[in-house]
Amino acid sequence: MERRTLMKTFAATLLAGAVLAGPAVAEGTIKIGASAPKTGPLAGGSAVTYWPAIQLWVHDVNERGGIDVGGTKMKVELIEYDDRTSNEEAIKNIQRLATVDKVDFIIPPYGTGINLATAPLIAKYGYPHIAVTAVTDGVDEFADRWPNSFWTLGTSTAFATTLVDLLKGMRDAGQINDKVAVVNVADAFGIELANAGKPALKDAGFDIVYETSYPLQQQDFAPIISSAKNANPDTFIAFSYPGDTFGLTKQAAIADLPVKAYYVGVATAFPAFAAANGPAANGVLGAGGVNAASDKYQDFMKRQIEVTGSAPDFWASPVQYASLEVLEQAITSAGTLDKAAVIDAIKNGTFDTIMGEWKFDHNVIRKYWTVGQWQDGVFHGVASTGVGGEVAPIVKSGWN
Amino acid sequence: MTRLSEKELRIAVLAIVGFAAVATIPLFDDGYYLSLSVNIALYAVLCTAWTLFSGPTHYISLATAAFFGIGTYTVGLGIDVLPFPVLLVIAAIASGLLAGLVGVATLRLSGVYFVIFTLGLAELVRQVVTWLQTNFTNGVGLYVFTDMGEKHIFWMLLALAAVVYVTGWLINRSRLGFAMRIIGNDELVARHVGIDVARAKVILFVVSGAFIGVTGAILAPRFAYVEPPSAFNPVISFQVVIMALLGGTGRLWAPLLGVIPFTILFDQISSRFPNHTSLLIGVAFMAIVYFLPRGVSGLIEDLRKVRGDFGSAAKAKEAVR
Repeated sequence: MERRTLMKTFAATLLAGAVLAGPAVAEGTIKIGASAPKTGPLAGGSAVTYWPAIQLWVHDVNERGGIDVGGTKMKVELIEYDDRTSNEEAIKNIQRLATVDKVDFIIPPYGTGINLATAPLIAKYGYPHIAVTAVTDGVDEFADRWPNSFWTLGTSTAFATTLVDLLKGMRDAGQINDKVAVVNVADAFGIELANAGKPALKDAGFDIVYETSYPLQQQDFAPIISSAKNANPDTFIAFSYPGDTFGLTKQAAIADLPVKAYYVGVATAFPAFAAANGPAANGVLGAGGVNAASDKYQDFMKRQIEVTGSAPDFWASPVQYASLEVLEQAITSAGTLDKAAVIDAIKNGTFDTIMGEWKFDHNVIRKYWTVGQWQDGVFHGVASTGVGGEVAPIVKSGWN
Repeated sequence: MTRLSEKELRIAVLAIVGFAAVATIPLFDDGYYLSLSVNIALYAVLCTAWTLFSGPTHYISLATAAFFGIGTYTVGLGIDVLPFPVLLVIAAIASGLLAGLVGVATLRLSGVYFVIFTLGLAELVRQVVTWLQTNFTNGVGLYVFTDMGEKHIFWMLLALAAVVYVTGWLINRSRLGFAMRIIGNDELVARHVGIDVARAKVILFVVSGAFIGVTGAILAPRFAYVEPPSAFNPVISFQVVIMALLGGTGRLWAPLLGVIPFTILFDQISSRFPNHTSLLIGVAFMAIVYFLPRGVSGLIEDLRKVRGDFGSAAKAKEAVR
């Protein structure tokens, strides 16, 4: 008996493989593959932003009975791989998902570099590539190069220029003066932001009284903070990565850096940031943001904690979830698992997501959050490229 | 040069047949198995090139990432200006040059000092590249968009592997190779018999570094996006040492015995237990080091010896070597 069941399963698998390889027929489950860091330098970030949102979405879809594909409900089966934060591993994982597991869809990897390294392969196999955790100025070029790719989180330049606009507003309102200190981590995102932000600050009439860059993985931030303090600016901007975001802020609190606007980069939007800094986090500006007060975000946060046990961040987590809602709705509207038809549906459709209504403009989401601020334990979006629902920024008043 | 012995001829024929067989892999699969093969070929070249220097000298070099990154960056910077083969040559020269400089400065150091220096080297080069890019260009990322697919990269790596093997074999037959074996056994003796120890080590370090640089250059189109953390990834340096040592460094082909099983083992572990990769790989390492202290090639030689004890063949063989 047991043996027969085994044979049946085997036969069914073979059959499913054969069926899925041909023009897709709605039957059984939809196999969806995901490859991202579970170990390595980027594992900390993906454990907050990437994996829990995916886990929640799979849970949600299956609880609803599956994705509607041409009238049949199909459940989702998730296949996960660890890319160990390495391009070679990521490429091999995508190949494995596409040619061995023969998944129906792929959730693109975590991080700008790995997204770009795997993009040619994902394009070769014709999967839709809805990139989330990739912020780069090249989005239009990439969308042209890989017409199956979609970009959702924005461009570096917009992250810097909207911050400058926000500060300009605060200065014009008399909340801050025009002296500003700018530091950045000497790595991809930090440099792109600094290169876009510094000229924008000068154009806006700000006076950069202190600027420096520091290497990735720097541990001691006391010299930077004390130099910045000596220059006596009203505004401190750090285009930083997770480690330095935490390090700089700790040091600023210790030195009681007397600024009225304080900005740090990646990971400010993580719940761990508020947990680590307590009341000192209040008034801190950072990269990201979301309409945190909206029912949709609140509901998403509550359910992700319930289902996965980890709280989402206030930036890319909901976007990651929204990208999967797009995939789901595109499959349903295409009525088939045929990849090309789904890509078409993503290109031309309008999607109802937890981030609001999404429509891709030449494969790119043009309205996204860029700056948030911790206000009473919540990281509210205070600047965006036109999303709507921004909260007014507050002046940073002390570190306790 | 002396004529090839019958045994060498047999090995050469076998090697050519083997390479030809492996070169057909892309015709059968251009998906996952090809990618796995690319990863194996990648580490086979890196480990063998590393062993060219570290095998005979017993110097553990952690500078692999530095040479690899220089190769990758050469292509990243030049891909829009120069044809790809020219970039491969430049990559070889650039990383060879760096190896030469480093070798002259540090190969008088020995033991742990050398290890630490090479570890720092990769980080130093990465910081210099980042600094140059921060101050003189816009942004750190470079895009390498080519028409090259996995199979082209695989064939290039295979060709490079052939060159590395032939080079290694030629060195072994040369006066330099003989000198290296003496240095490896006892540096003091080598010095006393009149071998220019520093010069020999520098030459070998340059050859090894140049090959690693070319490997990095070949891999650049696969990355598509070149940035310092991925190009100068220190994990590469460590993985190369581990795989090479697990295979064994006494013979030219020995690293291959480490690379093939361990790439496949890593792959199986990371696909079957994606949430416990580090733990299981750690356990696997400990088991391997415990049971195979001299690497896979050591095991093979031990087995041969056991068999050989029944006859007198082993002694004769040893003498021939």
